[in-house]
Amino acid sequence: MSTELIEPTATDPAFEREQRDRRELEKTWASEPGILSWLTPTTHHIIGKRYIITAFVFMLLGGIEALMVRIQLWRPENHFLGPDLYNQTFTMHGTTMMFLFAVPVMEGMAIYFVPMMIGTRNVAFPRLNAFAYYLYVIGGIFLYVGFFTNTGADAGWFSYVPLSGPAFSPGKRVDFWAQMITFTEFSGLISAVELVATIFKLRAPGMSLNRIPLFVWAMLVQSFMVIFAMPAVMIASTFLLMDRTVGTHFFNPAEGGDPLMWQHIFWFFGHPEVYIIFIPALGMVSTVVSAFTKRPVFGYTAMVLSLIATAFIGFGLWVHHMFATGLPQLGASFFTAASMMIAIPSGVQIFCWLATLWSGRITMKTPLLYICGFIFIFVIGGLTGVMIASVPFDLQAHDTFFIVAHFHYVLIGGAVFPLIGAIYYWYPKFTGRMYDEYLGKWSFWIIFIGFNITFFPMHILGLKGMPRRVYTYPAYMGWTWLNQLVTIGAVIIAVGGIIFLVNVFISAKSGAIAGPDPWAAPTLEWSISSPPPKYNFVYIPTVRSESALWTRTNDEPVITGVRTDRREVLATRILDAEPDHRYPIAGASIWPLITSLTVAFGFIGSVFFPSWIFWGAGLTVFAFVGWFWPKRTHNEQPEAAR
Amino acid sequence: MKTSFRFSAKAGYIVLLTIIFLTQLSCKGIQSALDPAGPESGRINNLWWLLFGVCAVVFILVITFLFYALAHARRYKDGAPIGIDAQKKMTRNISICVAITVIILFVFLVASLTIGKSIYTNSSPDVLTIEVVGHQWWWEVHYPTDEASKRVVTANEIHIPVGQPVRLRLSSGDVIHSFWVPNLQGKMDLIPMHLNSEWIKADHPGVFRGQCAEFCGHQHAHMSLLVIAEPQDQFNAWMDQQRQSTNTPSDPVLQRGQHVFLSSTCILCHTIRGTLANGTNAPDLTHLASRQTIAAGTLPNNRGYLSGWVVDSQSIKPGNKMPPNHLNPDDLQALLTYLESLK
Repeated sequence: MSTELIEPTATDPAFEREQRDRRELEKTWASEPGILSWLTPTTHHIIGKRYIITAFVFMLLGGIEALMVRIQLWRPENHFLGPDLYNQTFTMHGTTMMFLFAVPVMEGMAIYFVPMMIGTRNVAFPRLNAFAYYLYVIGGIFLYVGFFTNTGADAGWFSYVPLSGPAFSPGKRVDFWAQMITFTEFSGLISAVELVATIFKLRAPGMSLNRIPLFVWAMLVQSFMVIFAMPAVMIASTFLLMDRTVGTHFFNPAEGGDPLMWQHIFWFFGHPEVYIIFIPALGMVSTVVSAFTKRPVFGYTAMVLSLIATAFIGFGLWVHHMFATGLPQLGASFFTAASMMIAIPSGVQIFCWLATLWSGRITMKTPLLYICGFIFIFVIGGLTGVMIASVPFDLQAHDTFFIVAHFHYVLIGGAVFPLIGAIYYWYPKFTGRMYDEYLGKWSFWIIFIGFNITFFPMHILGLKGMPRRVYTYPAYMGWTWLNQLVTIGAVIIAVGGIIFLVNVFISAKSGAIAGPDPWAAPTLEWSISSPPPKYNFVYIPTVRSESALWTRTNDEPVITGVRTDRREVLATRILDAEPDHRYPIAGASIWPLITSLTVAFGFIGSVFFPSWIFWGAGLTVFAFVGWFWPKRTHNEQPEAAR
Repeated sequence: MKTSFRFSAKAGYIVLLTIIFLTQLSCKGIQSALDPAGPESGRINNLWWLLFGVCAVVFILVITFLFYALAHARRYKDGAPIGIDAQKKMTRNISICVAITVIILFVFLVASLTIGKSIYTNSSPDVLTIEVVGHQWWWEVHYPTDEASKRVVTANEIHIPVGQPVRLRLSSGDVIHSFWVPNLQGKMDLIPMHLNSEWIKADHPGVFRGQCAEFCGHQHAHMSLLVIAEPQDQFNAWMDQQRQSTNTPSDPVLQRGQHVFLSSTCILCHTIRGTLANGTNAPDLTHLASRQTIAAGTLPNNRGYLSGWVVDSQSIKPGNKMPPNHLNPDDLQALLTYLESLK
């Protein structure tokens, strides 16, 4: 329907003008030549793709660590890793998956798709965007350099003090961990600010708040959660680092510090973190459900309010990670109630998707298959979540494999399944080619079955008394065969994951040409060619519903007059997206890279010599001078200073 | 055809998982939370079955509806849009589902709070208090009394009388640990400079295994303990025996063994009451031979394992705080004989 626009003829003056604008946009948005094209890009496609690829590399590393853990637990008294390496391995697994994979991959998907879905050319602050990516990748490499040089963090991904403090974790292991947190959280905060500004100010005219695609809504809500949650963990990790390097006593009980304070600050971040990972996935589920049922998701308003409610309640649950610390009962019961309450918005969303599926015209392709897998797995994870919200039951389940099972059901089922579904769904947009449907379905069934074989028995192991994070167990405990089942399941997941990667790589070369809109999907990214041009839209589109392309008419107006000879976007108003002003944005620049290196110099140096934080800050000042140096564009018009 | 295969495969898979699940749950495990031996764990066990039962029904309903929706939706292939009436109906149905969700959650909340209150309180006036201090990676156990001569200190093994409520006062000497004996009660953290407490009570005699549940470093996996519930008279006899100090042995082998112990680094960390050894960094050995295990439940307490432990504990429990001891064979045998005499 949407593609049936009036076919222009070669002599049509409008068509000629469009060709001219297109040529000029190509020139304006072109990358720098040579090696600079690697070091200076600021377009959101390149940065987004880098985020996604980097995150998947870290996911592979985290996956290998998971397999190592599973091999160690294959039989009782196994000597494959030993306690020291085992503790490093599970810490790296958790840290990698939470900080270096799950959050960045969601940011990456948003950075790639949000500007296209809201009908603009780039994110609001392109250089800042590149800067955030470099910080993330440097932080991740830093952590892994530590791991490969026997300085891998070994106090668990939530590094409880005093175990992670200077007295019980001497050496640099936990310092590397704490400083990596600073890097990635800094990066996450920047991306969040970036996305909020982009979504609030750069939406296509007509895209009022009630017409924003649900994925974009999800990213907006997630970004606000990041802004409120991540400062907590940066403070926590900085306090920890100061305790360890300059002898402060924030968490030292002997000097009046409090180990429980760490748990409060960390989980005040740590619980919202789960929703920071999960809420983008909810947006992906809505996107895929809508595209493959040919219906807008039922109950748009309810969906958006549920996202917001989830975000708010998500900040009121952190204490359920601390039920065994001896809290007063009244306080604990408040958090029980809040933890159970979060099932309500989740339930509303599940019911709305089921209603959409029920009333839709379903095409059962791989992405939708992943969403069905998501519903199956996530409902189990959600229900076990309700169970462990109960203090008495949690006192038995807490810190056992029951919890390990629960959070893999909600994080893999709730976030990774929708993510892989979304990657299949958007694969044609990324590459211009279709993925292989046959391999896609195989990968789904193998991962789905492997997932349940891996994680379902963990519930039983936990109830049978197996604590998490033990590097071995005696044979007489009766945990052996369940552990072997789990390990077999993990190998099956790995096989499914390899099929997924094979599909991604092979189809990029040999898949069928996709064309702009293979799914007849409703959102704006499908109105442009695949892969998208660097400037996204020749003319900024207008929209009249949240399913923009389904309600588009042949004479849908477009916005002309945004300059094509420099990088410029159209800023609109927050509520109703009425055009406000034209807004020039930065082009390619080397300064984000240089600035990230100076910041990294300070952060990494301060792990060894605390004073280096000041040297790093000094260098960063010089980098900022370069960053903000006024430039003239090729037609001698001064760019507005930002 | 293909579709029906897919559905039947999935259904078969669910049945299989359910069977595995049920067979596993019926097993009584050594350290199973679902094998209660006391009133607290019994109530939690009941709560679990309530939660599990209701959640299982909810799960089956949701998944049934998912399959139904997938099958039903195929009838809309002609593209007929849903009308206002259908939309209203859907809104109504969703509202009903949400209302049911809220009711279920409320039931869970009330059950949880009620049971939570009951496992945290004790009405019986006849109470035994035991202090447990967590260390990397063992448990120090005190039976406090007013008279210093009557104090009982042991490690990694807690004896309690059957039927009597016991209050555990929990703290830590280094990092955070968590006390957990699933057959008797849920877990409670041991936190430095904090004092936590919890109630346990055994309904029948038995040996219940517990394990540290909060990651506490290298040997978190080897930090277990035994709770031994025995009838009151047996418990009293055990207490009387534990109150004794050791006497200077008359047997020459034992004398040599004691001499080896007292002249080596052992005394820096271990205590044997009645001798000069009064270190507090490691388990009290006054009645070592009366305990069932060594190294916090890592090994059975017999001469062979004890010998291996004394000579090279690092190969058994890497990272533990006990150094290797290079003793000549005769000294070692004398030491082991001495340690085995500490009943």
